[in-house]
Parts: sequence; C-alpha cells; structure tokens
Amino acid sequence: MHGRPRKAPKPEEEAASVAKAQKLRALQTQFFSFHHNKIYTKEAVELSAKLLEINPESYTAWNYRKLAVEHYLSQPDCNPDWIKSVLDDELRVVENALRQNFKSYGAWHHRKWVISKGHSSIDNELRLLDKFQKADSRNFHAWNYRRFVAESMKRSEQDELKYTEDMIYKNFSNYSAWHNRSVLLSALFEKKAEGFLSKEKVLPEEYEFIHQAIFTDPDDQSGWFYHLWLLDQTVTTDSPLLASSWPGHGYDVFLVEDRCYNGSAFSPFTALHSDSGSFPIVLYFNQPVGGVSSSTVTVECGFNKNEDLLWKPLSASNSQTARVWVAHLKIPSSDLLSTVEVSVGHSKGIISTRGFEYSHPSMFSFKVHVQPMERDFSQVSVAESISLREENFKIYGSQSEESIINSFNQLSIKNGHESTASNWRSEALAKEIECFRELLSLMDCKIGKLTLARLLMAYDVMSYPFANKLVHSEEVLELCSDLMKLDPTHYQYYKDEHSMVLLQKVTSSKESLLQHCFQYKDSVSSAICGPICLRLNNLSLSRMGAFEKLLWVQMLDLSHNELQSIEGLEAMQLLSCLSLRNNKLRSLTALEPLRKLKLLRVLDISYNQIGDHSIDTTRYLCSSPLSHSVGSESNKDETVTSDVALIDNWEAFYIFKDFNLNQLEIVGNTIADEKFKSVLVKIMPKLKQLDGKLLG
Amino acid sequence: MDDIPPYPPIDPTTFDLIVIGTGLPESIIAAAASTASKSVLHLDPNPFYGSHFSSLPLADLPSFLSSHSTSPSPPHSPSSDDPNEFSLLEFATRPLYSSIDISTFSPNLLDQHSRKFNLDVAGPRVLFCADKSIELLLRTGTNQYMEFKSVDATFVGDNKGNLWSVPDSRAAIFKDKSLGLVEKNKLMRFFKLVQGHLAGEQDVKISEEDLQSPFVDFLNKMGLPPKIKSFILYAIAMADYDQEDTGVCRDLLKTKDGIDQLALYNASIGRFQNASGAFLYPIYGQGELSQAFCRRAAVKGCLYVLRMPVTALLVDKDTGCYKGVRLASGQDIFSQKLILDPTFKVTLPLGSSPPLPLKEKLPFFSLKDDKGKIARGICITKTSLKPDISNFLVVYPPRSLFPEQVTSIRLLQIASNLAVCLPGMFVLYISALCNDDDQGKKLIHAVMNTLLTVPLDSESNAAVQSETAEIGSAVQDETSESSSGGPSDSGEEKPTLLWSALYSQELTLGQVDFICSTPMPDGKLNYNDLIDTTFKIFQEIYPEEEFFPETSLENPEVDGDASPET
Repeated sequence: MHGRPRKAPKPEEEAASVAKAQKLRALQTQFFSFHHNKIYTKEAVELSAKLLEINPESYTAWNYRKLAVEHYLSQPDCNPDWIKSVLDDELRVVENALRQNFKSYGAWHHRKWVISKGHSSIDNELRLLDKFQKADSRNFHAWNYRRFVAESMKRSEQDELKYTEDMIYKNFSNYSAWHNRSVLLSALFEKKAEGFLSKEKVLPEEYEFIHQAIFTDPDDQSGWFYHLWLLDQTVTTDSPLLASSWPGHGYDVFLVEDRCYNGSAFSPFTALHSDSGSFPIVLYFNQPVGGVSSSTVTVECGFNKNEDLLWKPLSASNSQTARVWVAHLKIPSSDLLSTVEVSVGHSKGIISTRGFEYSHPSMFSFKVHVQPMERDFSQVSVAESISLREENFKIYGSQSEESIINSFNQLSIKNGHESTASNWRSEALAKEIECFRELLSLMDCKIGKLTLARLLMAYDVMSYPFANKLVHSEEVLELCSDLMKLDPTHYQYYKDEHSMVLLQKVTSSKESLLQHCFQYKDSVSSAICGPICLRLNNLSLSRMGAFEKLLWVQMLDLSHNELQSIEGLEAMQLLSCLSLRNNKLRSLTALEPLRKLKLLRVLDISYNQIGDHSIDTTRYLCSSPLSHSVGSESNKDETVTSDVALIDNWEAFYIFKDFNLNQLEIVGNTIADEKFKSVLVKIMPKLKQLDGKLLG
Repeated sequence: MDDIPPYPPIDPTTFDLIVIGTGLPESIIAAAASTASKSVLHLDPNPFYGSHFSSLPLADLPSFLSSHSTSPSPPHSPSSDDPNEFSLLEFATRPLYSSIDISTFSPNLLDQHSRKFNLDVAGPRVLFCADKSIELLLRTGTNQYMEFKSVDATFVGDNKGNLWSVPDSRAAIFKDKSLGLVEKNKLMRFFKLVQGHLAGEQDVKISEEDLQSPFVDFLNKMGLPPKIKSFILYAIAMADYDQEDTGVCRDLLKTKDGIDQLALYNASIGRFQNASGAFLYPIYGQGELSQAFCRRAAVKGCLYVLRMPVTALLVDKDTGCYKGVRLASGQDIFSQKLILDPTFKVTLPLGSSPPLPLKEKLPFFSLKDDKGKIARGICITKTSLKPDISNFLVVYPPRSLFPEQVTSIRLLQIASNLAVCLPGMFVLYISALCNDDDQGKKLIHAVMNTLLTVPLDSESNAAVQSETAEIGSAVQDETSESSSGGPSDSGEEKPTLLWSALYSQELTLGQVDFICSTPMPDGKLNYNDLIDTTFKIFQEIYPEEEFFPETSLENPEVDGDASPET
C-alpha cells in the first residue's frame, strides 16, 4: 500500500475516467433531485447506494442515507426485524464503498453511525476489520474503527493489547499499531487494571520491546515515536507540581520606590522597585494547569484580603490554563514588615491539562518590608536614564560574597516531593542512556543522538534535586552541535534545544549563574548601586528558557543572540529593564509576551529585523491577535483607533498600547522610520526617551 | 519386478530419443524434448515414477534401496553377436546405496499402513519459493499438476537439543529472543547492505575485491559475531563444509555466491502470500515433481512404459555408434539419442575388444566420480520436534554436534498435512555429506541422539548406542533413562523413534557424451544445481532446440499463480 510511485495515466485509462465522470455526473444530478425533494423510495435510496459505490467520498449521499434511515425508522409500522434489515442494508453499502476506497472517511463514519443504533451484530465487525487490516496493516481508519468496535463490544484492553502485539510482530513498521498500544496502555494505567497498577513494572517491559524494533532497524521511524511516548510516560509525573515561585520560600522582599538601593541594607536579588502600588506573586508549575484561584491558593498577610486576590494565567493563547499564574498584592502606604504565607492546592481544583489533580499541597512564606515614599516619585524617574552599555556593568563582585550567596540561596526552591517515588524513573532513564550509547557506538544515527540528548537532559533534570548540578550538560550541548551539522534541515530545532540546555546549565548552579550577574552602575548618575542585571548576551541563543529559575530577574540583557522568539518571557513578571538588542526578531507580534510585563519600563529592541519581511509569518503560527485579544480591548480606545496613522500600524498599536515604557530603543529595524516613531509616541504618551532622545 | 507382464510390442520401434529412468532430470528432459516435438520413449524398470527422486510407501523403500546396493553381476556369457549388424553391450547396475540400515520399533502399526507413507528417497529437499525449480514449474505449467505447502521456519540446532530460530527476515530479527540488541543491529545492517548492493545502490556497493574473497572473510570484516556468521553461512547460504577450516572445506563460498544465496533466500520469503517461510514442499512428497514432468511430457506425445528393464545397448558393429536398446521383452528399439539413468552402466565383455570409436568413449563409462557420498536418514515419530510447528528445517552447522563434524547436517520435518505419513505422525529427513559410510552414520546418529528417544528393544539400537559412545563428549546421552519410563506426555520428552532408515548414497554426476547419463540426487537442499545440469544435458543432445520456449505454456489462462494451499 505504501511507497508505490504514481504513474501517469495511459490514454485508455483517461478515457475510462472521463466515461466514469460522465456516469457519475448523471447519477449525481438525479441523486440531488431526490435529496432536495426528500424522496426516500426504494429506487431513490438504491440510486444513492450506486453513487456511493462509485464515489465513497460523496458526503451528501451518506447524509441522505442517514436521513432515509431515520425516515424509515419513524414509520408507524416499523418492527424490529425490519429495522434490522434496513440497517443491514446500510452496512452492506458501506462495505461495498470501502472496497472501492478503504480510506473513505464518510464510509467509516456512516458505519459507526449505523452500529451506534445498536441493532446490528457487532461480532461481524471484528471479522471485517481483520480483512481490512490484513489488506493494509497501517490503515489508521481501520485502527480507529477498531477502537470504536472494541469499546462497543467491551472487549478488554488486554485482548486488544495482544492484538497490537501480533500486528507488530508481523511488521513492526506500523505507526497505527504502536499508537494503539500507547492508547491502550494509557487506558489500563488510568483504570489501574490488574498488572498495570504501576508504570514501574510495565514501562521497563515496553522499553525492552521497543528496543528490539529500534536496534533491528534504526531507520524505521515508527519505533522512535513509541519510544518518545515511553520517555514522556517515564519523565512526566501525572499530577502537576509547583516548580518555583516569586517570592520564594524565606525571601525577604524589600519594596522601595527608589531605584537607588542601599546595598548594605537589603539583598539586591530581592529588593523590588515598584511604582504601581502593588507587587506580583508568581506561581510557576511544571506543566500547564487550570483552576488557580483564591479558593485553591490562599495568601495570608496583614495587608490584603485573600478573597480580593485575582489570579491570572500567563499564556500566549489567552486560554485558562498556563504554567505561570500571577496575582498582585497591593502595597500599603505605611512602613511595614509583614510575613506572607501562601498555600497552594490545600483545597482541590488545580488540574493539569491532562486532567490530573494537583496532589502535593505546598506552602511557602516570605517577609515583605515596605519603605514609604520619601521623595517625589515623578522627579526621580525623569532624571533617570538607563543605558545598558558595557562600561555600566560590573561583575557582581567579591566585595560581599557571603551576603550574595545567602541571598542567592534564597532563590532556589526546594522540592522534595517526588524524591522516593521517582527512583524507578531515574533507573529507567539510566538504562535507556546506556542502551542508546551502545547503539551510537555501533552506528551513526541522528535520531539516536537526539534521543540520547533527550534522555541525558531528562536524567539530569530528574536527579538535579539530589546532585544539584546537571552532570551531562556538556555532552548534550555537544550532541546538539553535532546534530546541527548532520541534519541542516532541522538546524533551528537543534539550535533551540541547544539554547535551552545552555540556559539550564547556566542556571543550574550559583557559581555559573553568578558569572552572568552584573551590577548596573550608571557612570553619569549619582546612583551608587542598582539592581542586579542578568546578562545572557552573546550566547547565540535562539530561544529563551529556564524561566522557573529566573523569576527574580529585574534587569535582563539578551543582546547579541539569535532570538527569533521570546515565548515564555511573560513569566518574568519582575522585569523592568530588558535588552533584546542585536537579535533576529522579525515582527512586532514577536513582542507579544512583553505585553504581560506590567513592570517593564526600559526596552531595547534595536538592531533586529522587524519590518524586513513584509509578511509576518509568526502571525500564522500564533493565534491571530485580531480574532482574540484585540476585539474586546480595542473598543474602549475607539478615539485612538480612528486615527488613520494608527490604523495603518494596528500591530504596533496592539503591541505597544499596554506598555508602560519610559525608554525604548528601536533604531536599526527596517520598520523604525520617523513616521513610525511618531506613531509610537502617540501610542505611548508616557514614553520619555526614544532611541536615546528625550521626548518633550 | 521380476515377472514382467507380457507387454505388447512397442510401436513404432524408432524414436528421436529414448530416456531410461523417470528421475527428475530424465523427466524434465523427456518433457523438454517432447515440447520440442521430438518423438520420445520414456522407460522405467520400476513400477512407479521417480527412480532415485521418488517418494515410496514405507515397505517399498528398503527393497528399492537394496535393489540398487548390490555390486554389478559379472556380465553374462559373452554377448552373442546377433545375426544383424549390431553388437550388444549389456547393461549392468551400479551400486548406488550402501550401508542400508532399517530399524522398526513399531512393526504392527507401520506395516498395516505402509501405503499411507510417501517417503522421499532423496530427502531432505525443498523448493525455495524463488528458485529455478519454481520458475521452471511456472514456465512449463507443470504447477497445475501439483500442490505445495509452506515449510514454515528454519532453526539452527545445537548439541543440547535446542532449536534456535533463524532470524532470516526483518520481522524475524525483531521477534528473535536469542539475539542481543547489538547482534540484531549488526545482522539487520548486514542484510540492508546486501539488499542495497543487489538493488544497485551506489553508496552501498560491495567492492569487487570483497566479492571475490571468501564469504566467511567478508562476514568477519563486517564484524558479525560467530553466532550470526554461522546462521548466515549454514542456515541461509546453506554452505555444506566448515567455511573456517580450509583444510576440510570443499565448497569455500565466495562472497559473490554467498550474496546470491542470500538474495535467493530473501526473494523466497513472502513471495507467495500463503507461504510464511522461504521454502515449499509438495503434497505427497518430492516424487510428485518427476511425475508432474512426466505428465507434461505425455501431454506432448511422449510414450511411457513402466516395469520395462533394458538389457543391452545396441552399437553399430563397424562404427561403434549407438543405435538403440534391447528391452527385457526382447524387442529392439532404435533412436538417435539415449538418456540413461545413473543406475546403469555398460560393461564390456571380458576379452573382447570394443570397436575403436567406443574405446575412445570408454573413460565416460568407467568414470568414477570422486564427489564422495551423502548419508541420508529417514525417521518417523509420533510427536513433533517442536510444539506448535510441524513443517520446518533444522541445520546443524559444522562442529555443532561433535568436534570432528566438518559438514552441515540438515534435517527436514514434514507432517501428515503434507500427506507423507499417517495422521499425527512426522517424517524427519536427515542428510550430510561424508567421505565414507562410517563417517556418514556417525553424522546421522549424532542428530538422532540429540533429538530423539531410540527405544531399547531393537537390535539396531545397539549400534546406535555404541555410536553415541564414540561420539562421546559433546552429545548428551539421555536415551536410556528417558525410554525406560514408557510413553510420557511431558513436553520435555524427546519424540520417540518409530521407524528409521539410514543409508549412504553415491554422488554420481551427470555425464554428457554420445550417450548421456543423468546425475544422482545431490547433497543440496534444493534442485537448482540439478536443473542446471539437466539443462546442460538437454543442450548437449539438442543444441538447436530451446529448453521449454516461453510459448509452450499449455493453458495460457493459467497466470502463473503458484501460491500454495494452506
């Protein structure tokens, strides 16, 4: 069935197909007249059968037959025998149609519909399926229908599992069979069926099974797909977990209204400047969850009522599930030292997208210090101008090593929940790693290298809480670099993986992270010391990641990388100053994640490729801003949108209108001409500095 | 056979070709010559078709073997010169079988049903689904006279009685339980290399230097572990001699030939939808093949006379040229050409000097081939060697049973669903190349002792037991213990031997001269070499004629669908 080259039709074949088309057209015309006049006589119904046997793709004819069946069944003199004969007729027509084309969606669907009526014997169906699955063992229509039949018959998953095994033994190059196996195993795990109580027992056997296929023929893709599913089953814990939060447990959070912190008084890692009268609490889960609210998360503090807190998901798609959730605590205007306790998941309701309940209730607490405003706020801000130039950074120094380490230690959130349960998981991974190292010692194999990289990463992540470092990151980076050379078609994918691993590595230990922490010190301004700036510049990153470890970052330098997307950056709620200078951002819509950063004041997107390409391809990849988010919000700005210049630049309007920027650098992008800049000034009235020029 | 029924004289008395013996090569030649519109007389002294390629009832096999085991009787009184212009050269029979050893452990059961058995004289033998015999059957339409079933698997045996399935395909490698992951990977990559080479893919071409080197060296170069090497050499490429011992190896396989063998094997798997293995076996036994070609010849006008021994060759007195034969009935029949069954040879009367031209041909008649012998064994059991599977091949690679074993031993188990034995029984055919009878016996006994329980209450069993002792170390001797407890249903139990026939067969080659002689069954598993030789003989006698021209298809509507029954 597969891998047959298409041949050009011979003249006589073409003639035959013309004749067939003519016949079909005549049938169709007649059929439509019956259909529109709701004629369900024997002749009319037989005509539709004829039509379907020639062209099983005629959906209208299938629907007509459904109507005809309903019509017959609604007759007053209808008895069970007659119903059965009507439905048997339908099954016969479907079978004939399937002989013509066994991949006809309409025909398989019609069969399901007839069987669902419950008057036909289902036993026949398995026999029919055996025939079709013999003719083409990978026919996914047949496999799909098989699942339906098995369920209707209440055939046990164990029996079906045996069937997939038999099919796989006949020819293991069968995606459908492997897929069905994963579906059946998932069902058995969920049911906690006998022998399938724990993945711990079943998965190693499945690994053993798939190794036979992968080692026998590593060039066959079907086995690798199943292996990927197994890896996912091994790595993913069913119930979601809280990966990190801001503030973390035991933090001392200093809220100040002045950017000029006194370094000796509080840690630069946890001091926060806020001019909005509130500060965020960020929850970062290990997988997307829904149901985070004031009833599932309790925040106890002296200055806010829990019920008043509004938890919002931070996701690009505006769905009600996200890995990151945020709520804002209002800052009281008086001097304050208060302890805040956050309990997550003590009452039910937080549920992963796969339907698993958050089952490890956790609690963390931190202290908040508030200093009341001493100076006129606006005065200070005007004078300030932040310039992320090399000379303004000092490597975060040795002068107060101990305090740094102490405050730095606060940043990691310990999570001991899975420590005992995941023993078998890391054992399974270790075994897999050994296995694929062996395969690669035998032969060069791209997917083998990728799989080994994935395994090593998964193993490192799993053992991180114990080892406290990523043992294999150098090897994984090497594998990724190797793959970029070996498989240029998927260069970008490997590059992204490389970036993620590199970021994991940088953030994995305090030593490595500290190398990227700089202190911002403006040479002109009088400020002695500013916040910590995390500089991840010049790393040739194509993607940003490791957000769970970077929630504390307020100043981030991502300049001189190869970023095309900054997906996920919305998690970094504390960001006030961001440089994306000299990257490969190609459109304004790529800046979408920044809209959710309410504290962002300084943004540098100079020297990117915004406007280079007249067609913004990201718009096709992401959900269209017009169809979703814009609709409701844009109404209130009707006066603005009536401006012609803004309508022409609706993208700019949509992206920038929610920004609270003081300072923007956009020079070096095709889009950034004078006209565009004037539009920006219009959109962002609060903007004080554009491309280094103070705005009046 | 002694009392020749009074045949009416054969008419006409002159033919283009006389063929004596109905073995497969003779039958194919008879069919080919008939198809080429030659007038052919096909004679056989036996009352059945097939000669040395026949399948016989249980009781007839021993008598057939022994009738061909006696030394030629000295020629009768000097052939009296006939009053006509011919000299008579009497035929003598060659001793083709020796060391015949028949053991019956269940006389009543088997004697009553002797006719229910169809035992191949030249077993074990199969047809590869893609080999020359299948092509010939399809091309000649002979397949319509026969039905086949699949031989479902190949195993490699060891001296502990284990049978390891041969991972001969992608699916089989995947499923195999005895190979490690690395071995699976190496084996499959080797198969892919061979497939790529055969498909003419540029980047996987095997170099000419490698193709001309010994196959075993190439396998070593590919880094294949010993177990896999042994699978490929002996269970797929079907090498006969120990390829790693050049001292004893008489058929050192070149890479080129090894790869051709793999290609044949590979093309055989899955060629026919109903055949799961690489081989086919004809229902009612291998004798059916000869018969089918005889039917084919008869349809084309060939005249058949069975039970008709031939006594003498008629030679022109002056020229020494062949003229015809004298039948046992006394009638003289003349022809241009003669094809002789390997049974016969012509002896010259003592003291008489043969005509000059014949003298020159004498080396042909007295030529004794030095190809050695093949030991064969037929065993009947009531249980399969392996549960759940009834028709299969087992290969014992050289030195797998005992250190002095230098040739492969092959065993074919055929069940009653192929109509070769009583329902519920199994026939095991065993063969191995050997230098002499003793060596042959030792080889066959080694397999029997590994796989079967030989009951004690038989005379010949003592011989088997003593052989076992000789073989010694390698073979486990469990015979005495397991047989004393009487019949047992335990799955662990080895099948009990009901009947066996052991014999050695001469490997006489076909010879081509002014009188042509066909070969004896060879030591191969299939008919490829025999068909090649047969083709050569046909070309020799009829250089102008095509060997079964394409148009000779009798029923054009038969579309060559030889898919076997299941």
